[in-house]
Amino acid sequence: MSLQLSLQGRARVFGDDINTDYIISSRRKRDARDEEEMARFLFEDIDPAFAASLERDDIIVAGKNFGCGSAMEVAVTVARAAGIRAIVAKSFARTFYRNAINNGLLPVIADTGLVKEGSRIEIAVAAGSTVVILDEGARRVPAQGIPPELVSIFTEGGLVLYIAKHRGFAIPLPR
Amino acid sequence: MQNHAGRTIAEKILGAHAGQELGAGEFAIVSVDQLLGTDGSAPMAIDLFARMGFEEVFEASRIAFSCDHYSPASSARIAALHEKMRDFARRRGIALFRVGEGIGHQRMVEEGRVRPGTIVAGADSHCVTYGALNALGIGIGASDLAAAMATGKIWLKVPQTLRIILKGRLDPPAQARDVILELLRRLRADGADYLALEFSGDGVTSLSIEERIVIANMATEAGAKAALFACDEPTREFLDGLGIRDCAPVEPDPQAHYVDSLTIDLSEVTPRLALPHHVDMVVPIGEAEGRPVDMVFIGTCTGGRASDIRAALAAIRKAGGIAPGVELVITPASRAELELLIADGSLAELTALGAVLTTPGCGACCGTSGAIPRDGATVISTGNRNFKGRMGAPHAEIFLASPAACGAAAATGRITQPKALAP
Repeated sequence: MSLQLSLQGRARVFGDDINTDYIISSRRKRDARDEEEMARFLFEDIDPAFAASLERDDIIVAGKNFGCGSAMEVAVTVARAAGIRAIVAKSFARTFYRNAINNGLLPVIADTGLVKEGSRIEIAVAAGSTVVILDEGARRVPAQGIPPELVSIFTEGGLVLYIAKHRGFAIPLPR
Repeated sequence: MQNHAGRTIAEKILGAHAGQELGAGEFAIVSVDQLLGTDGSAPMAIDLFARMGFEEVFEASRIAFSCDHYSPASSARIAALHEKMRDFARRRGIALFRVGEGIGHQRMVEEGRVRPGTIVAGADSHCVTYGALNALGIGIGASDLAAAMATGKIWLKVPQTLRIILKGRLDPPAQARDVILELLRRLRADGADYLALEFSGDGVTSLSIEERIVIANMATEAGAKAALFACDEPTREFLDGLGIRDCAPVEPDPQAHYVDSLTIDLSEVTPRLALPHHVDMVVPIGEAEGRPVDMVFIGTCTGGRASDIRAALAAIRKAGGIAPGVELVITPASRAELELLIADGSLAELTALGAVLTTPGCGACCGTSGAIPRDGATVISTGNRNFKGRMGAPHAEIFLASPAACGAAAATGRITQPKALAP
């Protein structure tokens, strides 16, 4: 199965090893009622002004090992509640990666070294040829989209809807 | 994908649970033997389980819930989440570790739910701990937990394996904590992303199961998907103590394929320190010697067993007490570990010295309950993470070190070579 989509937006650039506590702190998780309330504190401990500056088409861009640390799924669902649709990183920590796919948040692996804060970027996902397009189309960075075996979980709206629809996992996983 | 001639422990355990041979890089649906949900993940999983359209779990005896991240409940809202877990568990016959029983990972081991050759998945990153007992312990999300409660299965990619060869024996006052800090220094925070670690070498036999737990637990700080030890004589003795005699250990094939291997000579490991705010920014403890500390925290799933607390106490006893102005917070990993400290008098000694005792559970580790440092405080901790804000104060500085080094810091009020106060 393959996935085709195109997303455009403003790059919001972070560094390496952004852990899930930095995405949303455990004390906000403790105190907040829901994801919408927590979304006001997205990235609070490393960039207190970030949440207020977030715009609807923003795409998170990061260095290596994005989402390391705690496996807490709210790090993904709060980003979704804040309107984030995709995250491009040099690499992801495995628990964040699976939580993203399970919640329909697009994780894209690419060399993000040349992406500038605030620049416009495009993510073009197609079978076998995902790219991140920078500098008004002048630069195309090869990227990895979602593995074919996991595409149906993503496109069907995440793991909850997938399991509800199939009453379990489709085995073997389609490629 | 890979040729199937020789397999690692991870490949063999996963293949046995998928009903087909598997090699690194393949995606698979595998059955799980045990599942853990904590109060940090189970309430969300319970909601998602209902949204998946399920009423009954696949097998109640294979699921446990743990009230540990908020122990005791830090607010009425959290208390209601605990009630939600209790209600869901009671209706279905699922085990629930109540507030005060301890950290889920410790309770899973104590209850004998972690056995060689099994898959134990849980919605908490520190499930890698179970690799100490030759189980594939794997951290998953709340959606995964909900799906697994419904179906008994999870999706995953079979990891490649990085072999860690341990040689020699630890030379006190170096402890298992120093071994994993040294490994994190060498691997860095992403060095084991998507990989399973497999520990081997003559040094492994010299490590107790508790020491292996310390090492396996923090493998997730390098991104590891699992951290597996073989099952040997110390493992069998440990399991025997829990009344477990029938189990099916898994060893790697002689021709198993490893992505790389890395050797650590235990006899050369010296006391280490992770500097704020990165678990992999690891230096010899001497590099920060003399730095004043405000709070010392002895606790968590990696550093809160009775043996850890006793190691800290030994340094404090030798110095004659806790330094003025230092808050020493003790959070046993479980009630059973607390009872060991009561039985041998350690607890009475600690409280007489002025230590603060908090409820068994995750405690101050992630700022959700327990003692929260003030902004600007310097903390030295036996915990597993020192991210900015981790303990609930955005501007506290958290150092990670061994129980012996944390005890020495409590005694002197400064970061101190544990050798100075070694028994």
